[in-house]
Amino acid sequence: MPKYLVRLVHMHESFRRAELHALAEVAGVEMEILKYDEDSPFCIIHLPSEAAARSLISRSILSQGIHELWGEGSTYDSLHTSVRDQTGSKWSQFEHTPFRFTIDSFRGTRSPAEQNNIIESFSYMGFDGPIRMKDPEASFRVFEDYDFKASEPKYLYLGRFIAASGRHAKTTFDLKKRHYISTTSMDAELALITANIALAAPAKLFYDPFMGTGGFPIACAHFGAVVCGSDIDGRSIRGTGGSARKGQTGKMDVMGNFTQYGLEASYLGAFVSDLTNTPLRIPALDRSSRGGYLDGIICDPPYGIREGLKVLGSREKLGETELATHEDRFKQPNYIPPKKPYSFTAILDDILSFAVSTLVENGRLSMWMPTANDEDIELIVPTHPCLEIVSICVQPFNKWSRRLLTYRRLAEADMPQGFLDVAVKEYEKGVKADDLNDFRRKYFEGFKEFKESERLRLDPGGVEQMQMPDSKGVSGRWRGKEREKEK
Amino acid sequence: MKLLTLNFLTCAIKTCKSSPASFPLHPRDAELEVVEADLNLAFLKNILPRLMWDELRVIASELGLPALPETPPSKADLSIPSPTAPAPATTLQLDPEAIDAPENPPVVESDVEEETPSQTAVDLHRILLETCITEGKLVCGNCGHEYAVKEGVANFLLPGHLV
Repeated sequence: MPKYLVRLVHMHESFRRAELHALAEVAGVEMEILKYDEDSPFCIIHLPSEAAARSLISRSILSQGIHELWGEGSTYDSLHTSVRDQTGSKWSQFEHTPFRFTIDSFRGTRSPAEQNNIIESFSYMGFDGPIRMKDPEASFRVFEDYDFKASEPKYLYLGRFIAASGRHAKTTFDLKKRHYISTTSMDAELALITANIALAAPAKLFYDPFMGTGGFPIACAHFGAVVCGSDIDGRSIRGTGGSARKGQTGKMDVMGNFTQYGLEASYLGAFVSDLTNTPLRIPALDRSSRGGYLDGIICDPPYGIREGLKVLGSREKLGETELATHEDRFKQPNYIPPKKPYSFTAILDDILSFAVSTLVENGRLSMWMPTANDEDIELIVPTHPCLEIVSICVQPFNKWSRRLLTYRRLAEADMPQGFLDVAVKEYEKGVKADDLNDFRRKYFEGFKEFKESERLRLDPGGVEQMQMPDSKGVSGRWRGKEREKEK
Repeated sequence: MKLLTLNFLTCAIKTCKSSPASFPLHPRDAELEVVEADLNLAFLKNILPRLMWDELRVIASELGLPALPETPPSKADLSIPSPTAPAPATTLQLDPEAIDAPENPPVVESDVEEETPSQTAVDLHRILLETCITEGKLVCGNCGHEYAVKEGVANFLLPGHLV
């Protein structure tokens, strides 16, 4: 099978491999990752054909494009040898083709003169066609991979450009240009990646139980899925009228967002509901039932910090008179149902069991979950016997991080015997949000850090890192000076 | 909300869920709106086995919509067989333009798989994905609880005494 080089972007590193695997599954192509490093944006994969490469990369968010691998090596000499050996037979195809030759240095730069020399060193390939920097028919690229602050690249590749990725969607769906967002809207890039990892695709049905202003459903609809959502706060779905943006008037709502992107045909609608009292059908979990109906569930549940984690119910048990008052007044238009804070670990488990009942076989659940970085006990990744963990991706912040957990619903035949009588778990008890949500409490305590001595004992390398000067602005000029000093 | 959502919604009260009468929810005083949308044949085919057909028929008749057939269509019913299949001779006679290019290799084009939706698919699409409830109520057939629909968004939050 031919080898291809995926030029990844060097951010959200832990999501990149999960996205590639998901893309291969959606495109239905057999892919094998031959070389991948969290510290490098160059990934080498096996794919059956160029067509497979095109369909794989077309909806990728965390890459720039895919190239046919023409050669590789740790020095230019070995790169040239490898190019001669592997692609000598292909040169004649491009003899008269208009072409472009460029250099892509990761963590390094080359002066124009050096670039010219490198490009000229490939002249033995004998391309006589016109050089065309804009819209060439064939585009070749030398990839240089440098170590941090190194003056010479550690590894080199030559690739022929096949197709660009779908990364432009990140700009299209940018929150800054979206008409209607809220304080906790998910960044467009991460929402699109989540939709990719959850396998959103044409003909599928996706649901978001904590939709807010609809960021995730929009991302899924972009990839062709039909979507619906719900939220406990109806105001976020209907919109309260008015807009915080300058020069914008009129009502803003979730529907308006879909219209903005021309995706309204994929939007089934939304409803106001609480996941612990969901109005959705919960098919009985026995083998005779017709099973689930959702192809994917994708959500960012409230962490209880900027968005409160509440469910229906009252903090204190209602007395008889209060019950009577509710019964009396619930039909009045201004009636607001009581809500109470809820345990974070409990809602995660609720999402899992909801997913088990409503997802189709092999349907995916992708949800975000926060966790403190310096925690003595790591917040445990919730599990369910009928869900298999597909990937765990981490987005680190300063003192906390959040993880994207992706699960696959097992086929009924693969479900373990007796999964229905899963032991009832004990959750945090209490009526205040702080009692119910460990993460929230630690967040507001400022994630009390380890004592410095403790930290050094655990991570002696940390000292060196702390003393390292600011790494920004590492450039060729800087490197040049270092080189001169050495001489 | 589009009518297809009613295929998935029941009463939110936990004790109602086990009763068969809680599904489907019955629309009452419903205002309907038709919002035209492109027909998504692949989605219709995928969702077809997940439709609760008998219940959808009840909803359609309660809303005064054209009656759905008694038995659910099959996936094959949703698309018109491609002209290359069974009777190519008759299509040639019916279509005068086709005679101009009789040896057109339609086999190559059928690789692209642009299927034409049948009338059944168009009707189903109209009811499930173009008809929306904008105002009204959804009523549980078991407990009689009414869920209000406002501005196309249904409210399933339960009052304090029912949680």
